[in-house]
Amino acid sequence: MTPRVADIWVYLSASPLLGLTITLLAYQGAYWIYRRANFNPLLNPVLLAIIMLVAALHVTGTPYATYFDGAQFVHFLLGPATVALAVPLYAQFDRLRALALPLAGALLAGSLTAIGSVVGIAWLLGAGESTLLSLAPKSVTAPIAMGIAEKIGGIPSLTAVLVVMTGVSGAMMAKYVLDALRIRDHGVRGFAVGLASHGIGTARAFQVSEQAGAFAGLGMGLNGFATAILMPLVLALWRWF
Amino acid sequence: MGFPIAAAEVTMLGALTVLLLYQLIGEVIVQFARLPVPGPVVGMLLLFLSLWARRRIAEPLRDTANGILQHLSLLFVPAGVGVMVHFSRVSGEWLPILAAVLLSTALAIAVSALVMQALMRGRNGAGGRQ
Repeated sequence: MTPRVADIWVYLSASPLLGLTITLLAYQGAYWIYRRANFNPLLNPVLLAIIMLVAALHVTGTPYATYFDGAQFVHFLLGPATVALAVPLYAQFDRLRALALPLAGALLAGSLTAIGSVVGIAWLLGAGESTLLSLAPKSVTAPIAMGIAEKIGGIPSLTAVLVVMTGVSGAMMAKYVLDALRIRDHGVRGFAVGLASHGIGTARAFQVSEQAGAFAGLGMGLNGFATAILMPLVLALWRWF
Repeated sequence: MGFPIAAAEVTMLGALTVLLLYQLIGEVIVQFARLPVPGPVVGMLLLFLSLWARRRIAEPLRDTANGILQHLSLLFVPAGVGVMVHFSRVSGEWLPILAAVLLSTALAIAVSALVMQALMRGRNGAGGRQ
């Protein structure tokens, strides 16, 4: 590198502009690949973008904190996006009210399964307590999960990573799991994906059909509530045993 | 309506302000009442209730909300890149973490789909084909 290029790099690497720009570039590049592959669930754009960004930061020796200075502007929008879920919820309200009982049953069963199975499996395989508490809220969208992790004694930033892992794996495997169970109704498929794998699963459901997407948004929103309320109860039971 | 573009911008700005305002109110309520739920969730509930009370959604609010939700998966990328910070923990406990996340996600999808389908069948006999 000539001194001039090095100077520019020093300047840019200290500015939030670079972190924000490469996040948008990586995501759009990943989305382009995903679309070229006919939305193959195994080429999940979030996963591809994360791999590209981690590789780029690793090669340039940029610490995560420096990157996050810029990327936080994208991260921040998770809060307003959670509030925005009220809009599709309200738009679907009549259909939802008609399905109130199946939705409530699926929500309770799915939410307890998501919490109980992740803590149980990780505990059986020997994960430590702070990892278990960080894993517990993994199925709900990031700001909610991080809030819950903080309240129950997990590590919020680790929870954020586990939430993304859950979302990506749900978006990648949902088609195969639901096909194997021969579940064809797009409302049921969407609700299950959104409940288990929040916003990344919901984004995937919207790419399949609008009906699946709306139900996924509902599953994600309701499970955010259910997990926040059920978590203290589940943990009290867990500690009691 | 001489400046439709400017009007659209102003209303989109208004819609974004509404979302932030509800989040802010949610955060304040959570702090004051020491609720176990995060602020944006309370904000979502309050926005839902006020839409329900008004019985309609303003067009700019719907467009802005749909715009943000369309790019929902982008918003998770910065948090996901944080895996590099937790790499030592994740690699030390990679087997329990990966197995638990994958299995539990598959189980949660399967259980919620099966329960919902069973309850729909139980009610209208013919099942929820669409």
